[in-house]
Amino acid sequence: MMRVYLDHAAATPVRPEVLAAMLPYFRAHFGNPSAVYDLGADSKEVMEAERAKVARLIGAPAEQIIFTSCGAEANNLAVKGAALAHLKKGRHIIVSAIEHHSVLNSARYLEKFHDFEVTFLRVNKFGQVEPERLLKALTPGTVLVSIQQGSNEIGTIQHINELAALCREHGVLFHSDAVAGAGTIPIDVQDLDVDLLSLSGPPLGGPKGTGALYFRRGLRLVPQIHSGIQESGRRGGTENLPGIVGLGVAAELAQGELSATANRLKTLRDRLINGVIGQIPYVIFTGHPEERLPGHASFCFEGIEGEALVFMLNARGICANTGSACASKALKVSPVLCAIGLPPEVAQGSLVFTLSPDNTEAEIDYVLTELPAAVEKLRSFSPVWRRKMAAAGGGPQ
Amino acid sequence: MKFLRDCRADATADLVYRVCPMHLLEPAEFLKDLQQGQVLEILTDYDGALEDIPAWCAKHGQEFMGICEQEDEDVFKLYIRKLH
Repeated sequence: MMRVYLDHAAATPVRPEVLAAMLPYFRAHFGNPSAVYDLGADSKEVMEAERAKVARLIGAPAEQIIFTSCGAEANNLAVKGAALAHLKKGRHIIVSAIEHHSVLNSARYLEKFHDFEVTFLRVNKFGQVEPERLLKALTPGTVLVSIQQGSNEIGTIQHINELAALCREHGVLFHSDAVAGAGTIPIDVQDLDVDLLSLSGPPLGGPKGTGALYFRRGLRLVPQIHSGIQESGRRGGTENLPGIVGLGVAAELAQGELSATANRLKTLRDRLINGVIGQIPYVIFTGHPEERLPGHASFCFEGIEGEALVFMLNARGICANTGSACASKALKVSPVLCAIGLPPEVAQGSLVFTLSPDNTEAEIDYVLTELPAAVEKLRSFSPVWRRKMAAAGGGPQ
Repeated sequence: MKFLRDCRADATADLVYRVCPMHLLEPAEFLKDLQQGQVLEILTDYDGALEDIPAWCAKHGQEFMGICEQEDEDVFKLYIRKLH
């Protein structure tokens, strides 16, 4: 049986070059970057060189990058740190309804414990935030707007520069979670004109436990991890030097390969999408058809549950996901799919494939052989499907 | 503590929400870029800076000019003149 891994949004294997670069920093060069002796100073020098590599991936000055323990921490620091630093302006923030849980739950934390008012902004059927809708939601007390650059669940890419410009015009801070898209689409914080932007290591082929936050020069942030003066007093805790080296090397590789990666992913993705749509009836392709992440294909199969489909594909050696990695175990209908207007019974049948350039055409073809059979089998057990077919007067099986 | 009326500066080190002892580390970096006689403004929410900054200036031979109070502000503004 072939084994095919298509859940790179949930976890990725660390690239061999990245692992090789990290290894010396577990034992030989283990010094604390804050220590003043040579072993520490050397670590500090390495850390700053890696910071510069991460910064280059997004067109930022190195000193405006904060290393974090993951993308979720970067999102927490951005949303909570910026909102709490600007209480004098107001207590209203806006996030899109399809943000990652780390943004949604940071917003809910501010609502519950700091008396913030939060607008969970509706999106259109493709999952995009419309500037007119954002404009209507802005109030004089709006401090921050957070919109994900590319959706981890439906793949849709937002018009970040347009939304950020709108916020700038109204004196509102703008954060974008670019975890899902970095390394597969070009990102330049100067072009996007954002105040804050989050990154994570694994989508770049870096190690778990790594992330970074870009912040505009002079922007005040309330630290969310309180300790010493690491990260210039903006994020406490001894730096994860092996992880930082891994993140830096992964960012450098991703930058050099960006265009080739995107092209390769698009080829594989379109082969998968066309095959699924061509072979399986009653399937809804979710997210934007063109403005989407190059390695992202997401569907809803009517009449079945995505969770059951994931288990059935697993038995055939295929790893895919239903909804986001964090939400998929909860057996709840995805709020993202509800937000784009899918009825719950359709949203139940969600399946998300996130690809890597290392996947092969043969792997995609294997999925295209196994997936239609798995869907057909599950539908044959499904009373929902039988009722649907009866109502349709027979229809495709 | 000397309160200043004229609160003009040539550069500002905004250290609000940056943990202690950033208020003792960053001013030195900012002073490197200033000319002799120029003034650095330090913004901080850390009340310990009111003691630490004058002491730091005395130790390093810089002039602590005083603080500036503004009703609408919830941060401390401290001023250093670069002497060398």
